[in-house]
Amino acid sequence: MLGFRIYLLQRISAMIMAPLVLLHLGVMIVVIQGGLDSAEILSRTRGSLFWGGTYGLFVLAVSVHAAIGIRVVMFEWMSFQGIKLNLVSWLVFAVLLMMGARAVYAVVA
Amino acid sequence: MMIKPHRGQPLWIAFLLHRISGLGLAIFLPFHFYLLGLALEQSETMDGLLRWSDYPLVKFAEFGLVFLLAVHMFGGLRLLALEFLPWNDRQKTLAAAAVALSFLLALGFLMRAV
Amino acid sequence: MQEPTDSLEISVWRGDATGGGHIIYQVPRQPSQTILDVVTWIQREQDPQLAYRFSCRVGMCGSCAMMVNGIPRWTCRTHVQKVVQDNQLTIEPLRNLPVIKDLVCDMSEFFTKWKAAGGQFMPRKTRQDPVEPLLPDSPKRAAANAAIECINCAICYAACDVVTWNPGYLGPAALNRAWSLLNDERDSGQQARLEAIASDAGCHNCHSHANCTTYCPNELNPSASIAGLKRLAARAVFTGNL
Repeated sequence: MLGFRIYLLQRISAMIMAPLVLLHLGVMIVVIQGGLDSAEILSRTRGSLFWGGTYGLFVLAVSVHAAIGIRVVMFEWMSFQGIKLNLVSWLVFAVLLMMGARAVYAVVA
Repeated sequence: MMIKPHRGQPLWIAFLLHRISGLGLAIFLPFHFYLLGLALEQSETMDGLLRWSDYPLVKFAEFGLVFLLAVHMFGGLRLLALEFLPWNDRQKTLAAAAVALSFLLALGFLMRAV
Repeated sequence: MQEPTDSLEISVWRGDATGGGHIIYQVPRQPSQTILDVVTWIQREQDPQLAYRFSCRVGMCGSCAMMVNGIPRWTCRTHVQKVVQDNQLTIEPLRNLPVIKDLVCDMSEFFTKWKAAGGQFMPRKTRQDPVEPLLPDSPKRAAANAAIECINCAICYAACDVVTWNPGYLGPAALNRAWSLLNDERDSGQQARLEAIASDAGCHNCHSHANCTTYCPNELNPSASIAGLKRLAARAVFTGNL
């Protein structure tokens, strides 16, 4: 069910995300003070190549990582197999990637 | 029952925490993306939703999410080190350190949020 | 020290592949009594039809493993004193293996997977060649030696939840054996073995629960062996050898 290359893809996406998660946590802790509002978020991100690239990479890596993680859980705990397992894995990947890309576009563009 | 006697040891619990936090984050992500996507056309709706974060219960839920993210990352770093670096016998200590560090980080977030 | 008049309440799983349940036996407590002593007493004194397996009684043969209070243990070297709670014990056949009768499991798939993981030594030389020198201090030999004292008791296999959730998975014993051989410089079958341990049933299914390492009676570390296999296989992928 889990080919070795899929396993590697999950570990590589994890390695890509480790510094991004640290950055994300840091930003959250800094900006949470005084509450959240869209103007504050957007003033930081609008037109920023850095945030666009960072969050874009983050969304791609998390879509791969979460799709593989959910694939393993569905196989081990819900007995999904074969085409059904592949279909759901790709679906999770596609939905996360599309919603994530839209979110990045919304805050950067 | 999930926690059978042979599953009572610390590294199995660390696995369970990693899986539950991963699942939790994967379920949260679509909502997170949806909210940010609102910035495109409906920034009033977005601000309406963001104002929810002033409620104490929501702040506490955010603390939970920060903890999930931190513990999945630090726990994941332990696993990456276990798999790709030479073997280290102190896996239980490292797993406990990952949980402690995540809790402190989430607590720091909560302190600034309130 | 226990009074010989004390009695143990032993719950033993009885049945076969079609099903079964627990039966309670009262067993007299003895000094230095092992779980295997308890099972043997039940079979000799109370129920000659009780099926169980043992051979050496000294922790070498690996045939007497059972679940004791839900944890897989070698019964010949597990003292009652160490595991008893309120004078009660539960004894069941090993998890993750089909039951034949009572406490006896069918070990076929365990040994089939041992072979599937490339567990057989494939010599490069014949008996006509001179004996190959092995340096005991070399890193590869040290890694092979650390994994070599497996007695095939299947305790790790019964403890492994990846085997439970993913029955095709090769399991800790077979992969530990493969790791030992992959570090053996006298072996000629390394490419096939590498392909076996990186197959869909292979090492990367391991979630590092470390149940195998926790319960291995010989204190081996299959978790570390499997981590070593993941590194070897990953390197092979990136160097185009897999």
